[in-house]
Amino acid sequence: MDKREEVLLISGVDVLKCMRCGKCSATCPSYDEMEYHPHQFVYMVETGNIEPLLSSESLYKCLSCFACVERCPRGVEPAKVVEAVRLSAIRQKGANHLKAENVPELIDDDTPQQLLMSAFRKYSK
Amino acid sequence: MVFSYYPGCTLKSKATELDRYARLSASALGFELEEIENWQCCGGVYPMAKDEIATKLSSIRALNDAKMHGQDLLTLCSACHNVIKQVNNDMQTNEDIRTRANNYLQLDEPYLGETKVVHYLEVLRDTIGFEELKKKVVNPLKGKKIAAYYGCLLLRPGSVLKMDDPENPKIMEDLIKALGATPVVYPMRNECCGGYLSLDDKEAVAKRREKVVQSAAEFGCDCMITACPLCMYNLKKNEDQIPVYYFTELLAEALGVKE
Repeated sequence: MDKREEVLLISGVDVLKCMRCGKCSATCPSYDEMEYHPHQFVYMVETGNIEPLLSSESLYKCLSCFACVERCPRGVEPAKVVEAVRLSAIRQKGANHLKAENVPELIDDDTPQQLLMSAFRKYSK
Repeated sequence: MVFSYYPGCTLKSKATELDRYARLSASALGFELEEIENWQCCGGVYPMAKDEIATKLSSIRALNDAKMHGQDLLTLCSACHNVIKQVNNDMQTNEDIRTRANNYLQLDEPYLGETKVVHYLEVLRDTIGFEELKKKVVNPLKGKKIAAYYGCLLLRPGSVLKMDDPENPKIMEDLIKALGATPVVYPMRNECCGGYLSLDDKEAVAKRREKVVQSAAEFGCDCMITACPLCMYNLKKNEDQIPVYYFTELLAEALGVKE
């Protein structure tokens, strides 16, 4: 299975529905932190240009806040595309973005469990 | 009225106040929270991948437990609420996920999404009613200007969570009015606080936090309320030193049951 097919299967998204209005990126709270923005994820998956996404830090900036999912006028659900590319990257052996041994230096006394759970689910397999 | 109650991991540790004040207020309002046995952490974020079952199982086990008790499943933490409602929607609408999850779980009878999931706020609005709630307020929060912070997880995706209008919500503003205070409506109330990036990119979260809190401060709030422990963690470090409370704490205070 090629990467494009894999990402489409994991996400369940029909990228051809996108009409390139850019609303997903306009509403993205992580826009400033991203090298590739949500609308670019959708287009690059559509055209099969996935390699640059797999190695980009942008994968780890999506907050899964569903703003793009809620506001896309075509129901494309860009966050699901970002999630699928991220999973395609971190499901490879040794490719975890967050390692348990690094956690102690990243937390403080108030860090809620919810933060650790969410981060591990997003960054590691 | 008895609900199956799913507290989730953080309400047992860093967010015990969210849980404690909810329980005290429920008693005062005449409904019961029956904690389900052996619940497992929901995972904090909804697993969007269509090919993953393992990450959805803890939610399904909780949903099935409520079904076995013939009760609605009540959630309080925004994240648990989001994850469990979305997984329940998968079990109702996605035959592939439903089949594979049931193949794995081998329950006495398959779970097909029968349980109704309700957030504590929905119980206040739909079961108790804000008018009834108002009558039970003994200590009205008069003169307090409160900014409700919804964040991302409580409302979206609107078509699945069906809790309130995701772009123009009013459930917490109506609660604030019932408690005798004045709601402050501001533009950033349903924009993300930076969420779990506060582990990996603290600067990005600081920018988000200040945008959200300054928006609320600009519209003249005295304090903010939230239902999410991660929003609480991110927002309370704000430079304006605007206090942030769990909505249940103000509820318990108004009902006169805050210990």
